[in-house]
Amino acid sequence: MPVLLEGLDITITVLIGSAIFGYLIAFLAGFGRLSKNFIIRNFTAVYIEIFRGTSLVVQLFWFFYVLPGLLGIQLSAYLIGVIVIGMNYGAYMSEVVRGSILAVSSGQTEAATALNMSRFQRMRFVILPQAIRMMLPEFGNYLIQMLKATSLVSIISLSDITYVGLLYRDANISEGVAVFTMLLVMYFIIALPLIGLTRWLERWASKGVATE
Amino acid sequence: MTWEWSTVVDVFPHIFEAMWTTLGLTIVCFTVALIVGGIWTFLKRIKFKPFNWLISFIIEFIRSTPPLVQLYFLFFAWPLIPYVGVTLEPFTVAVFGLGIHFSTYISEIYRSGIEGVPKGQIEAATALNYTTFQKWTKVILPQAIPPVIPMLGNYLIIMFKEIPLTIVVGVAGMLTAAEVYGVNNFEYLEPYTLVAFFFLAMSYPSALFVQWLERKLNKRYESDNKKSTKKGVTTS
Repeated sequence: MPVLLEGLDITITVLIGSAIFGYLIAFLAGFGRLSKNFIIRNFTAVYIEIFRGTSLVVQLFWFFYVLPGLLGIQLSAYLIGVIVIGMNYGAYMSEVVRGSILAVSSGQTEAATALNMSRFQRMRFVILPQAIRMMLPEFGNYLIQMLKATSLVSIISLSDITYVGLLYRDANISEGVAVFTMLLVMYFIIALPLIGLTRWLERWASKGVATE
Repeated sequence: MTWEWSTVVDVFPHIFEAMWTTLGLTIVCFTVALIVGGIWTFLKRIKFKPFNWLISFIIEFIRSTPPLVQLYFLFFAWPLIPYVGVTLEPFTVAVFGLGIHFSTYISEIYRSGIEGVPKGQIEAATALNYTTFQKWTKVILPQAIPPVIPMLGNYLIIMFKEIPLTIVVGVAGMLTAAEVYGVNNFEYLEPYTLVAFFFLAMSYPSALFVQWLERKLNKRYESDNKKSTKKGVTTS
């Protein structure tokens, strides 16, 4: 199905773009939730609840149909896909970031304080290296989730493999089975390395860590 | 485009009505997911290697491909498959498409619940000469079910948020109602914002409820554990 391959670059670039953006948001919002500043903390909490509480599909539609009229910003469908998927999964992953940072035992923080480290040094040298280990397997899982979410950009008319497949199927209705089976197989093939990566990260992260 | 309260008043009943479809669909999908999830868990427990591999492969395949494409497959491709294919109603497609997709996650939850039951319990039941059926109904399930309930609750909320996907096969949920209204009246701001608000209004309180449930169950286990350690019993 060379036709489907035409959409492959969109699927993969949307995945990479939203993954990078999502991880960025995850750290920003994760730290924001832990901030001592009352405004930052509550602002990020509201952001996270809004994006976690509403549906990704609804968010896509909202950004696609409402935002241009409301604010007069005309973003390309591509950017909307990347931003919305990134912000949605960023909100979910920020909880992973927050949870992992909180899961680093408080004795570590106290030891670092005893060594006269600054707040930044504590985070940078003591807590984060341990927290990131805990985050990585979850990040891998969310990467697969994001891959599945990229198929949604087809409903805001971005020509990823789902969209290309639908167009092809509309032209050749009798080949529906082949088209959609191929689509499922292609998503699975893209997901395979991600599944492997997640398994590897899980093993790596659990190596040499003392569990209480 | 500016915010018009009159439009909100106008579109509110449409979306409110469609909310029942979305809610009903969520419940039916979730029931399917619970049942099919149980079937997967059962099938995975059959200790015949090739069969086990096959089931794992199928589960992994369903898990890692997009539900959107699975819905398309059921809606457009399934009727074309010779001998087994039948044309499905959009509602059926939605129920089975999302139900089967989520069943793969739910079977993982069941598995973790079953594995969470201490091995000694099962051995003790064997020692008491329990039959397999008794072991499951009297020993394993009563201990496996309570801890997984909050997790299942989480999936119910996640599923509720996935329901708008079914717009692609034409199920009349909230998003569909908003779209129909938008196309007819060239008003997109209020309908879509209302839909978002409805989702938030439904899922945020339920998320808080699940968190509360989780804390409550955790507390109970902790106090149980404390009691048993006081009596000199170690829990594994």
